[in-house]
Amino acid sequence: MAAAPPKSLGNIRRSFEPWSDPAAKPLIEVDRVTKSFAGFKAVDDLSLAIHPREFHALLGPSGCGKSTLLRMLAGFETPTAGDIRLDGRSLTGVPPHRRPVNMMFQSYALFPHMSVEKNIAFGLKQDGMARSEIADRVAEMLKLVKLGPFAKRKPQQLSGGQQQRVALARSLAKRPKVLLLDEPLGALDKKLREETQFELMDLQQELGLTFVVVTHDQEEAMVMADRISVMRDGRIQQVATPAVIYEAPATRYVADFIGNVNILDGTVESVADGRVRIATDAGAVEVEGANGVRSADPVAFAIRPEKMRISRTPPERADVNALRGEIWDIAYLGDVTLYNVKLATGNVLRSTVINAHRGIADPLTWDETVWLSFPSDAGIVLTA
Amino acid sequence: MKHWSGFNIASVAVGLAFLYLPITILVIYSFNASRLVTVWGGFSTHWYGELFHNQGLMDAAWVTIRVALLSASVTTVLGTMAAVVLNRFHRFPGRLLFSGMVAAPMVMPDVILGLSLLLLFVSLDLDRGFWTVVLAHITCTMCFVTVVVQSRLVSFDRSLEEAAQDLGCPPWKAFFLVTLPVIWPAVAAGWMLTFTLSLDDLVIASFTSGPGATTLPMKIYSQVRLGVTPEINAVCTILIAIVSLGVVVAALVNRRQEQRRARDERLAAQ
Repeated sequence: MAAAPPKSLGNIRRSFEPWSDPAAKPLIEVDRVTKSFAGFKAVDDLSLAIHPREFHALLGPSGCGKSTLLRMLAGFETPTAGDIRLDGRSLTGVPPHRRPVNMMFQSYALFPHMSVEKNIAFGLKQDGMARSEIADRVAEMLKLVKLGPFAKRKPQQLSGGQQQRVALARSLAKRPKVLLLDEPLGALDKKLREETQFELMDLQQELGLTFVVVTHDQEEAMVMADRISVMRDGRIQQVATPAVIYEAPATRYVADFIGNVNILDGTVESVADGRVRIATDAGAVEVEGANGVRSADPVAFAIRPEKMRISRTPPERADVNALRGEIWDIAYLGDVTLYNVKLATGNVLRSTVINAHRGIADPLTWDETVWLSFPSDAGIVLTA
Repeated sequence: MKHWSGFNIASVAVGLAFLYLPITILVIYSFNASRLVTVWGGFSTHWYGELFHNQGLMDAAWVTIRVALLSASVTTVLGTMAAVVLNRFHRFPGRLLFSGMVAAPMVMPDVILGLSLLLLFVSLDLDRGFWTVVLAHITCTMCFVTVVVQSRLVSFDRSLEEAAQDLGCPPWKAFFLVTLPVIWPAVAAGWMLTFTLSLDDLVIASFTSGPGATTLPMKIYSQVRLGVTPEINAVCTILIAIVSLGVVVAALVNRRQEQRRARDERLAAQ
């Protein structure tokens, strides 16, 4: 729907990682913040740094505290303990209407008694901006979200997707330092949601703003965000780029929450030359990258379904990183085929195969005995 | 109803007659040319003309309208405030007591309310008159505004107010620019309700009024005790006309809103 962004933006994106630069000054610093509601800790001693121009996603299931954190950034909730700083200045005691951040609400919260343009102009009027300037800015915002012809309509005369754009335009009109988005695409249908994800990304880069988005949809977070904070029970489990979150999850919870994963519990047998050998109940596995485990440590071995090869013939080395089982379930999804393989030990592992070719002459079928094999850099060791 | 069977027609006729026959008779007799209430002497608007020369009745009507306008307006402000407090603050000392006390006048017998207000005014040594009636009506009708506005606030999306604050409004301004315009129909309905309650109150006004502040219901009641005159019929007919007009206007507004909603939905679907 949106025009393709200029090529250069892709380059900016590739080299954009201020979080790995120790000299970079974060825009938002959440410093050991706790928020309790009647004894229940919605946010628990949480620290987080978000950098200028970053698209940051707070990801987690409902009740993990992500919305509470967002509402504390907006000023609708006050931290029970800790401090939030914006541009180095503490936001403690600053009411919502004095914060240089704006929020896009999950329900859009469009004012039903005002037209689209009045909605967008609302924040500018509160700032006492000159009338002609407001008109210019509103026109600009309407153009940005492609709603020019709908300026005079009331919100309830718009479709869900159009309402979402009005809400976006309204929250962007004041050029906030930070835009907070609470489940911005939650109310849209799947196709529109996918389109809008890319529009949001383009918009964020065009305007050079910092976005903090709350979502429970891992795919949405993966698509849009520069970095993702995976949250659980008021704490952050891991903050990293989508690729790191997916390929090197810090905990079992993160591995399980993002994408599909096979997890085998086991014990470390030996650690040598940076290779860990783990005895799992399904068989022995060997993993590169020891990350501090020692012999006899209880650990979990995690491997993504697409990183396992499925074959009828045994791999060259069948004693390690090779598991034998029967095909239990097959799901053909078009682009990929899912195989659930049941091992003799009862574990069911999932393997996905990309359907790179049209039609398979001799497809794998139910109850066939197959081998699942993987190189030693395919899986990772989880200690938490 | 699918069939106009004899039984259905009869039950509708009896039901309507039960509700509206007394009023119909009153309206018809207000156009009676005869001075005798029970004898039909031909059609005439004579008593309506007479009514406007009856200084006592006109004074009473004027007092009533002033009392109703004033008390309904003050009540609406206070009742809305109470509703907002009860809706927004779920925990404050004495909340349960407050919510109970707000609703109490609704179930309290008017006689008891009137009597207790009278005792209060006497013990405070307030001269009874126009202002005591206004005060009494404010006290007794506030609960109705609170109930109406509170039920509207339950379905009000708080994030609208938060959005206004987020865009730079202090909380009080967000209330006036966003909340109030959205819940406005409920506030207006509360005003109308208390206005009519004040308009036809007899019991509380009788207890709390004093010399020179006779309301229309009091006047009508005292005159009827000396015998029903066609003038009374005329004044009641006017009151009925005003109330009916209000109902018709409300229905029309309601219908227009529904039409607008349907139109909005069509536009949104495009």
